[in-house]
Amino acid sequence: MADRNELSAVPTFRQSRLSRSRSDSIFDVVNYAFLTVIGLVTLYPFWEVLIISLSPYDLYLARTFHLITERVDLSSYRFIMGMPGLWSSYRVTLFVTALGTALSVSLTTLTGYVLSKDYIRGRRVIMFLIVFTMLFSGGLIPLYIVVRQTGLMNTVWALMVPQAILTFNLIIMRNFFFSIPDSLEESARMDGAGDVTVLVRIVLPLSMPVISTIALFYAVQLWNDFFNAVMYISDRRKWPLQLFLRAMLFDSEASLQSGSDDPSLLGQPIKMATVMAAMIPIMLVYPFFQRYFVRGIMIGAVKG
Amino acid sequence: MYLLLIPGLLYYLIYHYWPMYGAVIAFKDFHIVRGILNSPWVGFKHFEYIFSLDKFGQVFRNTLWISLLRLFFGFPVPIIMSILMNEIGKKSFKRSIQTIVFLPHFISWVIFGGMLVNLLSMDGGVVNNVLRATVGTQVRFLTDPQVFRSTLVWTMIWKTYGFSTVIYLAALAGIDPQLYEAAIIDGATKIQRIFRITLPMIRGTIVVLLILRVGNLMQAGFEQIFIMYHPGVYRVADIIDTYVYRIGLTEGRFSMAAAVGLFRSVVNFTLLVTANRVARSFGERGIY
Repeated sequence: MADRNELSAVPTFRQSRLSRSRSDSIFDVVNYAFLTVIGLVTLYPFWEVLIISLSPYDLYLARTFHLITERVDLSSYRFIMGMPGLWSSYRVTLFVTALGTALSVSLTTLTGYVLSKDYIRGRRVIMFLIVFTMLFSGGLIPLYIVVRQTGLMNTVWALMVPQAILTFNLIIMRNFFFSIPDSLEESARMDGAGDVTVLVRIVLPLSMPVISTIALFYAVQLWNDFFNAVMYISDRRKWPLQLFLRAMLFDSEASLQSGSDDPSLLGQPIKMATVMAAMIPIMLVYPFFQRYFVRGIMIGAVKG
Repeated sequence: MYLLLIPGLLYYLIYHYWPMYGAVIAFKDFHIVRGILNSPWVGFKHFEYIFSLDKFGQVFRNTLWISLLRLFFGFPVPIIMSILMNEIGKKSFKRSIQTIVFLPHFISWVIFGGMLVNLLSMDGGVVNNVLRATVGTQVRFLTDPQVFRSTLVWTMIWKTYGFSTVIYLAALAGIDPQLYEAAIIDGATKIQRIFRITLPMIRGTIVVLLILRVGNLMQAGFEQIFIMYHPGVYRVADIIDTYVYRIGLTEGRFSMAAAVGLFRSVVNFTLLVTANRVARSFGERGIY
């Protein structure tokens, strides 16, 4: 760059280059400052949840801001650990997330794999019918009736089966399978491998990156889902974590039912401790798996 | 091979196509004991009834209005954010910001709603504490019908813009660096480069996301509103989805709720197809 500048005999060019670099550096400074503020503002609520959950109730009431707490107090955590609802809902959520992810990933992989083969008859029609479900749906009430009729009401299966395949993920899978060269499979078939062997021995090992990405999509979805439980689960013992949390945060009756006059009961520190309990697993895995999500979105975005 | 396809096909048949068939209860007087087949046909009775309700007009307007506000204010946000992030030279800083703004996407609406109440409430919420200390007034973000809709729209944008930002960043990463190098030699400033190169190069992505948003105008944010609304703000925040849920599952008026839901599906489908057609007629790729 410097050489080119020396060569330039036109003085106005030098001048415009100067003003350009000044405007660029102002832009950079403002940009860095702005994004830093955005970052801090986004993080602050999470920080406040953590601090309030660690504050004793009297200190919480006395303070206007919760940037830091002078006394770390774990009594809110001790309180929620003593609630049977927390443990049972944790169990339900862990079970549903683990099994639901396995179910969804298997179904999505199988279906996506078969539909990526052009020798499957009716493939285009089936694909059209599947994509059509993204455009048009029967609606909430008919789905509710189907879930009832298939006997899933009030069982944990209602949290996994009715949305076992997300069509968006299916499309991502199928696109990935297209990219696997047919020659690999053909040579395996020459050696006498059947469909299942080819899938398990050849295709799956090659597809681990996309499978893990999709597994994470499903796992987060299942962990965070609360509305299916609102619709299908009335038995409190089968509540997932999010529903327990919802009752703790938004249901004023929950505090009445606990039958205590203690005002600190279900005070803000306890609520925030429950939020932490529901959030910690996600927060722990998030920084490590974020890039998988980004990659998944990119694969999906390329297709549009 | 065909055997491997069976579970997936069964899933789509049972949990997508059976409900589509089940939507016929909108034209019947459905009774849960009698089942879909044996309930009597009533034609457009339920549709005539819901269209005559003031309440239906209200939830329809609320749905559309909340969606349009979100589109208008929220659509440019990820575009601006991704361009700003793209101009950051430091890799580590850029990656940290991306990690942070993407974070709210990964937590549930229950958690996010709990955090919002914690921030915005009248007793002890930090936002109102700051407002009281600086301008001396407070805002009932969560209970004042005048403000609640803005609260919904902005918190929704906050939670979701990180997702689209990542999509735009992917598009930005695909731009040929030679274009920028040539522009630098020609003396273009950063801001000129953004308007002359970056924006035109990601136009295709912008159009695709715009189609999706327009096609989903009937979805005003069911989970969010379900968590955050209460009878005091029904007038401004009750949307089609929450209304269907209440009349259908709380009050048990299945046929009427199914009629509202079917109406919503048809409008949604029409919007999506129209938006796609318009995009294609402008020479863009469309979404299908």
